[in-house]
Amino acid sequence: MPSDTPEPARATALIAEDETLLAEGLRAELARAWPGLRIVATVGNGASAAREALARRPDVCFLDIRMPGASGLEAAEAMAEDWPEGDRFPLIVFVTAYDQYALQAFDAQAADYLVKPVEPARLDACVARLRQRLAERAPQTALARTVEQLRAWLGASPGAPAAHAAPPRLEVLQASVGPTVHMVPVDEVLYFEAADKYVRVVTAERDHLIRTSLRELLPQLDERQFWQVHRSLVVRARAIETAQRDESGKVFLKLRGRPERLTASRLYAHLFRGM
Amino acid sequence: MTARPSPLWHGFARRGAYTVVACLAVALLLTAMQPRHFGLHLLYSLIIGPLCWLAVDGGRLLAARRVARRHPQDVAAREGWPGWGWMAAVIVVGVSVAYTAGLAVADAIAGIAPSTDGVGAWRRFAFPLLLSLVASVAVTGTFHLRERIAAMRAEAEAARRAAAESQLRVLQSQLEPHMLFNTLANLRVLIGTDPPRAQAMLDRLIAFLRATLGASRRTAHPLEAEFARIADYLALMQVRMGPRLLVRLDLPDELKAVEVPTLLLQPLVENAVLHGLEPKLGGGRLEVVARRDGERLRLSVRDTGVGPGVSPAGDGTRFGLAQVRERLAALHADRAGLRLEPATDAEGGTVACIEMPWPAAPPATASAARPADQARA
Repeated sequence: MPSDTPEPARATALIAEDETLLAEGLRAELARAWPGLRIVATVGNGASAAREALARRPDVCFLDIRMPGASGLEAAEAMAEDWPEGDRFPLIVFVTAYDQYALQAFDAQAADYLVKPVEPARLDACVARLRQRLAERAPQTALARTVEQLRAWLGASPGAPAAHAAPPRLEVLQASVGPTVHMVPVDEVLYFEAADKYVRVVTAERDHLIRTSLRELLPQLDERQFWQVHRSLVVRARAIETAQRDESGKVFLKLRGRPERLTASRLYAHLFRGM
Repeated sequence: MTARPSPLWHGFARRGAYTVVACLAVALLLTAMQPRHFGLHLLYSLIIGPLCWLAVDGGRLLAARRVARRHPQDVAAREGWPGWGWMAAVIVVGVSVAYTAGLAVADAIAGIAPSTDGVGAWRRFAFPLLLSLVASVAVTGTFHLRERIAAMRAEAEAARRAAAESQLRVLQSQLEPHMLFNTLANLRVLIGTDPPRAQAMLDRLIAFLRATLGASRRTAHPLEAEFARIADYLALMQVRMGPRLLVRLDLPDELKAVEVPTLLLQPLVENAVLHGLEPKLGGGRLEVVARRDGERLRLSVRDTGVGPGVSPAGDGTRFGLAQVRERLAALHADRAGLRLEPATDAEGGTVACIEMPWPAAPPATASAARPADQARA
């Protein structure tokens, strides 16, 4: 592909910011710094950000890091996992007022981020970089770059601020079904799957539902035994029989003694390499 | 207590040096009384003196260890000082033994045969022994005093540093950077789009900053002022969160003048916004209510947010809550307390409730704080 192709006539962008005034402010500043940019969606939380981005395929996403529901980082994670193969991944710019942990992880990767209040000069520089990258038109580099950055972030921040107060290891899960509480030893669990406000706990014999989030559960598990392979999936490493990579970068996992196939996302595909 | 950070040998070397100086002084004194024998006096002095010091210092450490074992709460003993009673015995016994031994050694080196003449020998023995005792008492006293002074200085320094650190952490937990920069970002937008609203917001920010930065200078203020500061903070948050944050402040007239510790409720209100309402998609309501219940004052902060334990609490939050508990305990011991629990009604969320004796702050504390404030102003 020739590198001197001009950027699309109307580049598109998504703004995810929970504070209405700040979203309007960023929109106004962008209108000044990048008159050609069309804002296709403005959303107020992380879940809508991922959903809208996947639906509208903008060229650029401005994601506030701290938002209700899912954070901007989690929105980027969901996008990177679910983005269709071959389609151009948006350039991502994180916006934050003050988020040491997130910035530390991204600083090393030289990712784009803006601090609030956004200074016009800083925004101009950011816009210039974005336009240049769009003009280069390398559809897969943006995705690869974001995946790299997210891996660095996920690796650097197991719970970030709470990391130093690691909760004790969980031995037994208590899953209640009506008046009965099932005691499920963690040793028997094959995998955990996030399902809305619950986590599905799968053992060789049966499934249980527990009312917690994967994010809360994860620090209480032994990370050498249980691998996160998707934002909503944590699998016991010993239970995996084979891992098969497809051309899109996804990895399909076959478990010992279970019929189902699980999918590891491209964010975690690097865990499965021949030795 | 971290009184002396310097290693053990450090103090030992210093005391050794002092001993040598004391020995020189004794030798000079003896030379003044008995001229022409400076070399000899110095020899005896330099042999007997250090022996006395070793005996006294060793005895001191042994005695201190014994005392510390019997009375573990005795800080001085733990740091090597058994008290003057023990030291008197240590000095008398230690110096007598060390002097006798030292005299024999010095006699042998100098080639002087011990005198056989009873009275002469006694005089030759007794006076320097007395001198050694006096010198030992003086040197021990000096060491002890110096170390006490150094320890007290270090303690005062440590206390000052701890107070400054604590004050800084209070300030950091109140001036949460995320809140501050987001507020400034909102202001920046408003300046361009809605200058009168920007001014109103700036006034709230100024009042909030003034209260936060000045809080460490006053220990108590009327409940009315406490509610005004909370109103400032919540007005700032309402600009940011819009309709996601609904506020209800409920302060009955008869409670307005009650003195409460400054910004006691602030951490609870921030907590409710940060970990209750901000993470909730639709936001919710925040209620701050003051009530008198017989001889108790009850202050509650309730939100209809995500509930306790859902959003991970940062260091600042934990510190803020610990501060509230500490301040209550310092003022009222176990007669006051803070409870943090899930709300039991259908709306959910969290309730933080402070209970303390009525009147909230003892009048003595409140009135004592005023003149100090005026003096500083």
